[in-house]
Amino acid sequence: MNDEAEPSAKQAGALRRFGHNLRATPAALRESLFRGGPPTTDRSRSSFVFGNFFLHIHAVRVHRWVMRWASTWGLGVMALSAFFVTLGTGILLMFYYKPYPEVAYESIKDIHFVVPTGQLIRNIHRWAAQLMVFVVLLHMARVFYTAAYRAPREFNWVIGMGLLVVTLGLSFTGYLLPWDQLAYWAITIGANIAQSPREVTDALGITQYFDIGGLQRFILLGSDEIGEEALIRFYLLHVMILPLALAVLLGVHFWRIRKDGGLARPADADQRLGPVPESTYPVFTAAPQKTYQLAAIVRGRTAAVGEGPENTVPAMPHLFYAEAGIFMLTLLICVALSLVSDAPLKELANPSVPENPAKAPWYFLGLQELVSYSAFAGGIGIPMIVILGLLLIPYLDRETQGTGEWFGGPGGVPLVLRSVAFGLAVVVSVEFFAIRFGWIREWWPAAPQIFITFLNPGTLLTLIYAVYSVWCVRRYDSTRAGALGLFTCFLCGFVVLTIVGVHFRGPNWGFYWSPADWPLH
Amino acid sequence: MRLPRAAVVPSPSHKFRVTLPQGLGPDEPFIPAGRPIAMFRDAEGVYAVSTVCTHLGCIVKAENGGFDCPCHGSRFASDGSVVKGPAPKTLPWLSVSAVSGDTFVVDESATVPAGKKVAV
Repeated sequence: MNDEAEPSAKQAGALRRFGHNLRATPAALRESLFRGGPPTTDRSRSSFVFGNFFLHIHAVRVHRWVMRWASTWGLGVMALSAFFVTLGTGILLMFYYKPYPEVAYESIKDIHFVVPTGQLIRNIHRWAAQLMVFVVLLHMARVFYTAAYRAPREFNWVIGMGLLVVTLGLSFTGYLLPWDQLAYWAITIGANIAQSPREVTDALGITQYFDIGGLQRFILLGSDEIGEEALIRFYLLHVMILPLALAVLLGVHFWRIRKDGGLARPADADQRLGPVPESTYPVFTAAPQKTYQLAAIVRGRTAAVGEGPENTVPAMPHLFYAEAGIFMLTLLICVALSLVSDAPLKELANPSVPENPAKAPWYFLGLQELVSYSAFAGGIGIPMIVILGLLLIPYLDRETQGTGEWFGGPGGVPLVLRSVAFGLAVVVSVEFFAIRFGWIREWWPAAPQIFITFLNPGTLLTLIYAVYSVWCVRRYDSTRAGALGLFTCFLCGFVVLTIVGVHFRGPNWGFYWSPADWPLH
Repeated sequence: MRLPRAAVVPSPSHKFRVTLPQGLGPDEPFIPAGRPIAMFRDAEGVYAVSTVCTHLGCIVKAENGGFDCPCHGSRFASDGSVVKGPAPKTLPWLSVSAVSGDTFVVDESATVPAGKKVAV
């Protein structure tokens, strides 16, 4: 210790020094915990965020534009919060869950009826997972509609697509684990969708040489049928591989937000915000300890290139409060939903009697509706086209008008409204036609399958939307306008198909106005 | 390519013995408990049709002289051919061999051309 400052301790000998150090330990511990002193001033707080292992991925200062609720609605943070909730509850569930057929079912039953708070934890896990999918989709829509994917943030949009796929994968793999009827038949359908490229290879007569569909199904299930091998594979994916992939992608996603200069905002954000109001916390304090923003080698525009950081506020406490608020809100939503609605658990899986109707979780029911016209087109073809289209958006739209603004870009709100009307009209007409009049197989039973695979309500819908999008590009002379039209149409298609799948489909996937009309079976 | 396949793949036996009931009429399906097949006996002989939907693998239900799939609404005739819905292929006919009297052995893993009945 500092001997000169403590002459009395020196005189008193080692034992006194020991006692003194012991008394000083809490203060010294606090001191050493926060490198550079407790975060009590604006400067030390910034230094705290910058130097903290967990927060170093977090921005130190954020632009005032980003702090407006309408900029993001906090959707990204909410998706992350939902992930944390599933992670926490998922780890708790792993204490009791046993991944072996029938035993798995019994263990879920135990969690539900025997384990203290097990039912609540499982409910929260399930609701947080559903919320996560929902919020990830909304977050994607927010980033799209504010044109926040544009340079230099293109690749972060690509990583976002990866996160969407992994999120859906986590949901799907989690669905099998209870080993009940719902799980078993959803996975049967899922595994057979993986096998559906056979529809095409069969038509070409090459299945015996190149059976990509069969291979995919086998790799997924580890066997020719759904059994213990499939369950352990789904379990491993659900608790280990996919969460790790998600965590890594999340890390890169957040890291890139910082490296790409914070969240997107309009070029004239500073002018629009106007002068800093009197009540705002000191916006920029003099003499920063580190000039990290200038020192870091960052591609493209950053918060500090060509303009002062005057319109930024320290992330601690402003952004931290907002983030903590969103986390608490997420937790509140999950707990509230868990108290009113239980996670379902049907009868033990029975491989000889399918659920009727066998429905996937809601976010896959739009796809299931498409699959009910063609397994390959609806389950693999169209989703691949959609994902590919989404991935290409930031590379095709190299415009600058409207970045950081809701529905920004040529066309703007009127174009989006027109696209909503068009998208809804087309999807409702196609569905009405297919439900009312049937499809090719009913009129021409001997029709070759390849014909139906490529011409069915799903592919027709995709084609009409694509043509509309090309029309938008020409009409507004802008790729962004085409993207706005296409994305809006697909969103409408997704919503309508999901509603049809959730509400209007009953036994034998027949159309019913209400589940109350379902026949007894 | 053998790579993703273990030398022994866990899977139950696909060969089993079926005894048809005495009064089974023509076009009347007999479904052995827990097996995804339907057996028929008519004047020409005995045959077995798989009841695994060729669309996405649900078990079709014998109804109204044909088969209905509960998952996506495919409908098949009693000989397995597709009548409506998204199923891409006919329900396959399975290998049947006579043992004695009303008893037969069905092999779910071996298909035979549609129309091949085992004379009794």
